[in-house]
Parts: sequence; C-alpha cells; structure tokens
Amino acid sequence: MKKGSVFQRMAAAPHIVWMIMFIVAPMLFVLYFAFTETTDSGKVIFTFSNVASLSQYTNVFILSIAFALIATVVCLLIGYPLAYFMSRTTPKMQKILMVLIMLPMWCNLLIRTYALMALLDNGGLLNSFLESLGLDKLYIVGSDAGVILGMVYDFLPYMVLPIFTTMSKLDKKYIEAAHDLGCSSWQTMTKVIMPLTVSGVISGVTMVFVPSISTFYISQKLGAGKIDLIGDTIERLFKNPSTYNVGAAISLVMMVLILISVWVMNKFSDDEGGIIV
Amino acid sequence: MKKFLQSGYIFLVFALLYAPIAVLIIFSFNEAGSLAEFSGFSFVWYEELFNDEEALTALKNSLMLAIMSSLIATVIGTFAALGLRYMRSKFLKATVTSITNIPMMNPDIVTGVSMMLLFVAVMTIINANDFMGFGTMLIAHTTFNLPYVLLSVMPRFNQLDKSLSEAAQDLGCTPARAFFKVELPEIVPGIVSGMMLGFTMSLDDFVISHFVSSPNFQTLPLYVYNQTVHNVKFSMYALCAIIVATILAVLLIVNFAGSIGVYKTQRKAMGGARK
Repeated sequence: MKKGSVFQRMAAAPHIVWMIMFIVAPMLFVLYFAFTETTDSGKVIFTFSNVASLSQYTNVFILSIAFALIATVVCLLIGYPLAYFMSRTTPKMQKILMVLIMLPMWCNLLIRTYALMALLDNGGLLNSFLESLGLDKLYIVGSDAGVILGMVYDFLPYMVLPIFTTMSKLDKKYIEAAHDLGCSSWQTMTKVIMPLTVSGVISGVTMVFVPSISTFYISQKLGAGKIDLIGDTIERLFKNPSTYNVGAAISLVMMVLILISVWVMNKFSDDEGGIIV
Repeated sequence: MKKFLQSGYIFLVFALLYAPIAVLIIFSFNEAGSLAEFSGFSFVWYEELFNDEEALTALKNSLMLAIMSSLIATVIGTFAALGLRYMRSKFLKATVTSITNIPMMNPDIVTGVSMMLLFVAVMTIINANDFMGFGTMLIAHTTFNLPYVLLSVMPRFNQLDKSLSEAAQDLGCTPARAFFKVELPEIVPGIVSGMMLGFTMSLDDFVISHFVSSPNFQTLPLYVYNQTVHNVKFSMYALCAIIVATILAVLLIVNFAGSIGVYKTQRKAMGGARK
C-alpha cells in the first residue's frame, strides 16, 4: 500500500482540533468545576465538597432513575408488540406506518409535550369531556403518572423504530423453519424472534432511557413544577453562577451513570449476539 | 380474527400518538382561545403569530443556524472521514471515533452544560463580556452535528475500494485531486444524508441551545420554550400546527417522489422487456 500523502494525513486534522476544543475541553471543564470552588476572596480551590453535597440529591436521583426505568419498560411493552405487528403488514403498509411513526419524531419535543399537556390539563379537553359526562376530573398534570405518561408519549417512537428495523431485516425463513420444526407461535416468538431482535431492543431502550432520565421540559410541563428530576435540578443550578460547581458535580455523576449503563447494555447485546451466531 | 386484533392494536397506538397533535391543530383554529369549547373557526391566532416580530426573527435565526452548522459540520466531517480512512494507527482511529460519538451518547443536557462551562471559563480567562449568542450556538450545533455526518459518510467510504484512489494517483493525480475526482463523487449520497440529518438535528435542538444561547439570539424552539414557560398561548398552537403541517408535507413529498421514482423505473424495466 502507498504511504498516505500529506493531504490524506492532514484531512482529519481540523476535525481533531475541533474535537479537542469542543468535546474534550468542555468535559474537562465539567471535571474542573465539579472539583473546585470559589472562595469568598475569589480564589479557586480544589475541593470534594461539591461531590459530597450530592447526598442531599439522593432522592432526586432515585426518583429520576425510577421514572426513566418505568417509562422505558412501558415503552418496551407497548412498542415491541407494535413493531412486531407492523412488520407483519404488507410492504406498502409498512412504508406508510414507518412515515407515521417518524412524523412525531420530527416534531419538536416541546411541541409534542405541549400538545399532550393541552389535552390532559386540568382545564383541558379530556377533563371537560369527563365533566360533561358527569364524571370526576382526572388530575394527571402535576402527578407522577403525568410525567411518566409524558416520557412514554414523547419517546415511544424511539423505541418502536429500531425494533421495527431489526424486525423487518429478520429473515422470514427462520420463522418458517421454527414452525416446521414444531415450535408453537409462542415458542417461535420467545426462542427465535425475541433473541434475534435483542440489538433493536437495546438501542430502543437506550434511546428512551437516556432522554427520559435527563429531561426537564416534560417534568416542568406535565409535572406542573411539582416534580423535581435530575434534569430540573441541573437546569436550576446552572441559572445561578454560584451553583455552577454543584451543577457540574451532578452532571458528572449523571454522565458517568449513563456511560456505564450504555456500556453494560452494549456488552450484554454483544454477548447475546455471540450466543446466537 | 388474529389479523383484526393486530390491526386494531396498531390503530389504537397510532390514534393515541396522534390525538394530542390533532387536538392542537384543531384548536389552533378556535376563535375563543380556549380548550373547553370550540366557539368558531378563525385564523386569529395565525394572524397574531404572523404579526409577532419575535417569532419571525426566531424562524430566520433557526434556519440560518441550521444551514451554517450543517454545512460546516459536513465539510469538517467529510475530510475527517477521509483522514480516518487512511489513518494507520488503529488506536488513534478508534479514539477519534469514540470521542466524536460522545455528544451522541451523552444526554443533551450534559453536552449543553459542558459547552456552557467551557464558554463561561473562556469568558473569565480572557475577561470578556458575555459572548453567548450566535457564535456559541454555531459551535455547539456544529459539534453535535459532526457525529451524524461521520456516521453517514464513513460507511460510504468503506464500500469504496482503496485501490481506486491509488489507481488515480498512479495515473498522475495528486492525492487531493484523486479525492475530489474519484472518491468524492462516490460518497455524495452519504454527504447529503449527513448534511440533511445535521440540518434537522440543528432545527430541532432545544436543550443544548438552551444552555449556550442569549436572550438576543433566539431560535424557534427557544422561542416556543420562552412562550410556554408560564401560560398557554394559542398563537403557539398555531405555530405548532404550521410546523406539523410542514413536516408532514415534506415527508409526503419525499415518499411520494420516491414512489414516482420506483414507478418510473418499473415502467422503464417493463418497456425494456417488451422491446
């Protein structure tokens, strides 16, 4: 092979410079802010106090993780059968359904959340409908269920799309073979289809869990400001320069948590793939 | 019966998915400006929106930012893909790729916050005034667009035989000329899809922008956010309806145009067979 020319070797240089300046450096500044504090005299000192002070946010962390987990599981329970049924329609129908599932993804998250709020709000359409039937109002906005519902509604397409993609790539012959070899429909589902679509599920789970755990708009709107998640806490702490350091510490912890869980999930899916192949 | 249940399930989920959007669009035409009752069909909220100077500026800003950030990211990213292709150190290659993907894996809020801290730190170091605005937004958007460009361009490059470029060079092309004449035309589809992806990502982004923007430079999502912080504004319903309609139109055109293409090639193939 020819030795790479100067042009070829330098082609990635602007990108590497950009990367160091705007991806690596910001991460280092998160570290820096998380482990320093500005004293009253204006001196910056190294400290563990920001990280130590995070214990007061333990409940917020637990609540956010719980909400994100519930939302992810609900999305999976709704999304997996949906993707499966979608993959069994005619090719033309699949194309239409694909556009229909992508359309909400292309709509801004703020708009979708806002639309959902308009529907569920205490003076919203659902409640005026219930009232006209003489039923009690449902106070969904401002409750835990409201926030989780918002996450499910906003991120469901992100679960369906990757599962649907792996599902439609799945060779139909496997299913036929399973039937020929005497599998029942249920066995075909659990022994053949599910293991072969694990990679889609993993990316779907990641794509729902990560935005759910870090959201603040959904909890602001559908939680009516009553529910405080990690995202809300970070957003609030970064409104005031004096709390940047604690904010950086929380962001750091969240980043580490997410990178670890993504890494574990990828590891898990690789292992599964190894067993299948 | 089974088929019926399956279709029913698909229909139900899609109905629930679209119900809020449908309500929003219908009530954007409600004269009363209330969700409780539909008093009459009117365009008042659309008029209010189009008379809102702030909304129009935000739209202009959003488009400008999306075009510029996706263009810059495409240029840097395409050359980066070329550089990575001929990079001999496997370690360096893997490092660059994984660092590029960080903004894609990290939650948006962490990317936004980290960028903000960088700008804040630079501001204190060089003792400058608050320079958050178009410049910082452009940097942030370009940064989160880069992985999408690489993701679209790299596979195209990998499909391409390296000996093509070598052949061009043996025939007297400089490496740069070989890239522009031989490799570039082949990877154009990847470049275009990377740029489109970046463009839509940029238009759509709220969270990262939220942390690196200033009140004097608002994009459309930031404008929507600021308008919806406290109370419900019906002109926002109108704006949402317009955005949804635009996206629907674009998706339909893309798909419809796609099927025309398929239809045409089918006709051609059949015509050819008849001859």
